Amino acid sequence: MALIEVREVSKSYASGDETVDALRGVDISIEQGEFVTIMGQSGSGKSTLLSILGGLNHPSHGTVKMAGVDIYALSGEKRADFRSQKLGFVFQSFNLIPYLTAVENVMLPLAICAMKSKEKEVAAREALCRVGLGGKTDRLPNQLSGGEQERVAIARAIVNRPEIVFADEPTGNLDSKTSLEMMNLFRALNQAGQTVVMVTHNPENCDYSDRTIHLKDGLVE
Amino acid sequence: MKLHNISINNLKRRKAKMAFLTIGLVVGIATIVTLVTLTQSMSGDIERKMDEFGANILITPQQNGLAMNYGGISLGGVSFDQKEILESDLAGISTIKNSKNISAVAPKVLGGVQVAGHQVLLVGVQFEKELKLKQWWQLFGEAPKAADEVMLGSEAARVLNLMTGDTLEMKGERFKVTAILDQTGSQDDSLVFADLPVAQRLLDKQGRINLVEVAALCSGCPIGDMVLQIAEKLPNAKVSAIQQVVEGRLKALDQFRRFSYAMAGVVIFIGSLIVFVTMMGSVNERTTEIGVFRAIGFRKSHIMRIILLEAAIVGLLAGFLGYGAGMGGAKLALPFMAESKQAPLVWDALVAFGSVGLSLTLALLASLYPALHASKMDPTEALRAL
Repeated sequence: MALIEVREVSKSYASGDETVDALRGVDISIEQGEFVTIMGQSGSGKSTLLSILGGLNHPSHGTVKMAGVDIYALSGEKRADFRSQKLGFVFQSFNLIPYLTAVENVMLPLAICAMKSKEKEVAAREALCRVGLGGKTDRLPNQLSGGEQERVAIARAIVNRPEIVFADEPTGNLDSKTSLEMMNLFRALNQAGQTVVMVTHNPENCDYSDRTIHLKDGLVE
Repeated sequence: MKLHNISINNLKRRKAKMAFLTIGLVVGIATIVTLVTLTQSMSGDIERKMDEFGANILITPQQNGLAMNYGGISLGGVSFDQKEILESDLAGISTIKNSKNISAVAPKVLGGVQVAGHQVLLVGVQFEKELKLKQWWQLFGEAPKAADEVMLGSEAARVLNLMTGDTLEMKGERFKVTAILDQTGSQDDSLVFADLPVAQRLLDKQGRINLVEVAALCSGCPIGDMVLQIAEKLPNAKVSAIQQVVEGRLKALDQFRRFSYAMAGVVIFIGSLIVFVTMMGSVNERTTEIGVFRAIGFRKSHIMRIILLEAAIVGLLAGFLGYGAGMGGAKLALPFMAESKQAPLVWDALVAFGSVGLSLTLALLASLYPALHASKMDPTEALRAL
């Protein structure tokens, strides 16, 4: 059985008097350990698909199963628990918490876990080492470069050892050299066994993934 | 890293916002503490003054008649069936329910005597109690201590042409004048004061009393209740409160107390509004941040705990600071507000705990809606999914 199974997922939004169909019956399967990129032009529905896959956005129709669990059959709070235990997120603007240091930002997903404080810190520092940011762990986000912030965001996504890491245009705000470094980092994580699902509009990023899903007007091409 | 670390770090690194929020609450709490403490201190001051100003309950023999005097002019009176108060009955006063509020009981016997060809009014008193009751008396000489010593009012001394150290004769007995009372402007100026048992013997009223003055402290006890309680113990006596003394002062204080509470209400409302607006603004500013929390698996209750914990920390801090500032304000304002310059400041543990508790409650209540609002935010905001 695939790790992620998306069946006939559609999503419609009301926009004024009109209804916008962001997704129109999407079927996708993603296997454990795959690195999948989702490509598409602006408005193709790729970010909507990612938010639905991440358990953040209820689809209008269809089912999303992860590791055999129909995540939208769960209550909102149970789905939050599922995200906490099984998923990691890397956002385009990194969305680090400005008043927390790098290591505190990485520890954030563990704040609601029943772990000893020392164990949380060890896990966070370990995650930072994995993304190549062993130093500067006690700096605030505004004291870090864009690439360093991205590394912190990735470390935060992997600190609780999730089954899947979702990344929403993670190189969108980076220069080409740093983008390259980040894609290599994602590739390395994937090679270590991490399932990665990434939304991107940059075709070069697709070279690093096992498979690319192309979206156009809310449909898989 | 626990949820409280998020709250504390947010407050630590957003100092300006935290300072604004804290100052808003501190001003509110300090105002309330100042007003409440001033009211309490002034109440205590007035109670002490009332004690110093003398009796506020008068016990006289029961009589079926009407006094015929007004403005110090007496035209005599019609009275019949006059009853007497027995000295032994006075012990009952100390057994009333509010006996702890009684500061002094001063019995007196009155009667006319002939001194050096002048008819004067002799008053038998217990000097120790009388002096406690009438602290404004200024004596020239020493208060009488022995049975053969007397004190004269200033007018009586002038008419009888006596000074301290002189002797006078009443009903064949000789008495030494040990003190002369400075002019009071009251009936006391014309009296001859002697020890109570001596006066009772001279006036042939052994064991009997004409008048009892009682000084009662009114804290926590309506004077009317004490009048009724004493009247129950002394059925042959007429017990009345000197209402204008008691009620005038209590009314003024009550008005100030009401004003204080009204002010406190307004201040509490404004304080709550400041907390509400600031917390709401803070929550709206942190939309993305809260979205990230939700995306990485924080439950709604976790978000609420973060916001409410921030409010609780600010509330507690503001409570302590507000109490300190309020007491400082009360200390500065008291000399200008109280009747006596040395009125002591009342340090009430209830005000201390109450102010911290009120600050904490206000901060939490005013932050409840912002916290709920935050917990219901859409996590897709963080992913810009729409």
